[in-house]
Amino acid sequence: MTAPRLGPGVLAAFAVLLVVLPFTLSSYHVFQLTMVVIYAIVLLGLNLLIGFNGQISLGHGAFFAIGAYTTAILLDKTGIPYWATVPVGGAVCLVAGFFFGLPALRLEGLYLALATFALAVATPQLLNYHGVAPWTGGVQGIMFAKPDSPLPPLDPDQWLYFFCLAVAVPIYITGWNLLRARSGRAIVAIRDHSMAAAAMGIDTAFCKTAVFGISAMYTGIAGSLGALVTQFVAPDSFPIFLSLSFLVGIVVGGVGSIPGTVFGALFIEFVPNVADSISDAAPWAIYGIVLIGLMYLMPEGVAGLYRAWVARHARHG
Amino acid sequence: MENFLHQVLSGLATGGIYSSVALALVVIYQATHHVNFAQGELAMFSTYIAWTLIQGGVPYWLAFVLTLCLSFIAGILIERIIIRPIENKPIFTIVTVFVGLLVVLNSVAGWIYGYAIKSFDSPFPSDAWYAGRFMSAHDVGMIAVTLAMLALVFAFFRFTPLGLAMRAVAENPVSSRLVGIRVGWMLALGWGLASAIGAIAGMMAAPIVYLDPNMMGGVLLYGFAAALLGGIGNPWGAVLGGFIVGVLENLAGAYVVGTEIKLSVALAIIVGVLLLRPSGLFGRRLVTRL
Repeated sequence: MTAPRLGPGVLAAFAVLLVVLPFTLSSYHVFQLTMVVIYAIVLLGLNLLIGFNGQISLGHGAFFAIGAYTTAILLDKTGIPYWATVPVGGAVCLVAGFFFGLPALRLEGLYLALATFALAVATPQLLNYHGVAPWTGGVQGIMFAKPDSPLPPLDPDQWLYFFCLAVAVPIYITGWNLLRARSGRAIVAIRDHSMAAAAMGIDTAFCKTAVFGISAMYTGIAGSLGALVTQFVAPDSFPIFLSLSFLVGIVVGGVGSIPGTVFGALFIEFVPNVADSISDAAPWAIYGIVLIGLMYLMPEGVAGLYRAWVARHARHG
Repeated sequence: MENFLHQVLSGLATGGIYSSVALALVVIYQATHHVNFAQGELAMFSTYIAWTLIQGGVPYWLAFVLTLCLSFIAGILIERIIIRPIENKPIFTIVTVFVGLLVVLNSVAGWIYGYAIKSFDSPFPSDAWYAGRFMSAHDVGMIAVTLAMLALVFAFFRFTPLGLAMRAVAENPVSSRLVGIRVGWMLALGWGLASAIGAIAGMMAAPIVYLDPNMMGGVLLYGFAAALLGGIGNPWGAVLGGFIVGVLENLAGAYVVGTEIKLSVALAIIVGVLLLRPSGLFGRRLVTRL
C-alpha cells in the first residue's frame, strides 16, 4: 500500500494556510483551530498504534487525561513554566503507556480493545478518587491562568495556537520518519503477520510495547496542550466518549494514513459543533452512523477517497 | 459479621445482573468470536421500551414479556442487517461497527427519552414475605429471575433440537452447514437470544442504577469482567463469574477501595485475568493452527 505523495506545492500551501489562518479568525475560532492541532497529534499517535501496528486501543482518552492532569497539577503545585509541563506530560504517558503496553503484548486484538475500553470507562472514577483528590482537585478539578503571550503582536489565543503548532510539527516529522525508516517497516510487518515478522528477526514484543508507549506519549503531549488551551481539567472532561471520538477521527481520516489524521481532527472538532444545534444527542448519532457507514462504504476514510481520486486522474491524464 | 453477610448477599444479587450480561456476551462470542461492545446499550434500550410500556399502563409482567419479544426481534434484525455483512472482516472493522452501534443506541435513547434520570419501579413489593434482614425483596426477586432464566436457557440448549443446532454451529460451523443447519440463521438466533437475556439484565438493574442512557456502562464492564473470569467461551463459567464479580465488587467497595472507584475493580479483574489466565477459570485454552 503506497500512499500518494503530497507534492511540495500542497505542503507549502498547507503551511502558509496554517500560519495565516489565525490572523483572520475570531479568538473562539482560533481556539477551535488549536484544538484541531491537538486532536491531530492524538490521532497521529493513535493511528501509529491502530493503523500501522494493528493494535486496537479504545482507551486513549485515559492517556489524554494523564497528560492534561500532569500539566494541571504541575502548574497548580509547582512554579515551573507552563511550556516545561508539556514534555513532562509526554514522559509520564510514555512510561504509563509502556507499562500498560506490557500486558498488551499478550493480548490479541480483541482483548486489547476490551482492556483499553475498561481503562477508559474507569478513568473518570479514578480521577475522582478521594485518595488522589488533594492532587487532582476531585470533582471540581483544577483551574489555572491562561499563559501570557511573550510576543506582543499575538494575543494569548494566537500564541497558544502557534505554541501547539510548534509542538505538533516536530511530532509529525518524527512520526513520519519513524514510519519511513526500518522501524516503520518492522511496525507494519507486525501488523500484517506478527509471526513472520518475528521469524525475520524483529523483536515483536519490544516493538509492540514501544509503539504503545510512543502512541501514549503523543496522546499525553496532546493532553498537556489541551489542558493549557482550556486552562481547566476535571474528571468529567475525560469520559469514555472522548476515547471513542478519537476512534471516529481515525476512521474518518483513514486507518493507516498520516495526512488523514488532519481530516479526522477537523471532523471531531467541527462536526459536533454543527450538530449540537440540532440536538444534544445529534453529534453522537452522527458519529455512530459515520463509524458504521464508513466501515461499509469507505473503509479507508478520507485518505482512501483521495487515493482513489488521484488514481483516477493518473489514469485519465 | 452481619455487615459482611449483607455485603455478600447483595453482591450475589447484583452478581445476577452481571451473570446475565456475561451470558449474553458469551452466547454471541461462542458463535462468532465477536465481543459485543454494544450489549450494554442494547439492554439499556430494551429497558426504555419496558419503561414506555409500563408508563402506557401495561402491567409489569406483561411489559416484561413483550420487551423480551421485542428485544429478541431487534437482536435478530441487527444481526441480519448490520453484523452479517462484516462477519468475516478484520477485527478492527468489527470492533468499530460494535462501537458505532453502542454510540448510535446511546444517542438515540438520549434523543427520544432525554438524559434526565428516571426511576424504574421494582416489580417486587418491598414488604413482600421473602424480603429478609439481609436482602431486600428486589435482591431476592432478582436472583430468582436470574436463576429461572438460566434454567430456561439451559433447558433450551440441552433439550431442544434448535438449541442443539445452535451449539453445533458454535462448535463447528462448516460441518453444521454440511448436515443441513442454516448457520446464518443460528447466528441471528444467538443475537436475538443475547439481546433478550440482556433485556432481563437491564430491567433487573434499572431499579438499582436508575434509568438513563448511560446506565449500563458500568454494568457492561462488570459483565466483561465476569465473562473473562469465567472463560469467555463457557456459559456456566460466565454465570459463575458474574456472581463472583458481584460479590468481589461489593466486598472491595465495602472494605478495600471504597465505593467511589468500584469500576476499577472491574478493570483490575479484566487486566488480571487476561494476564494471568487468559482462558479464565473454566475456559478452554484456545489453540489455533497456522
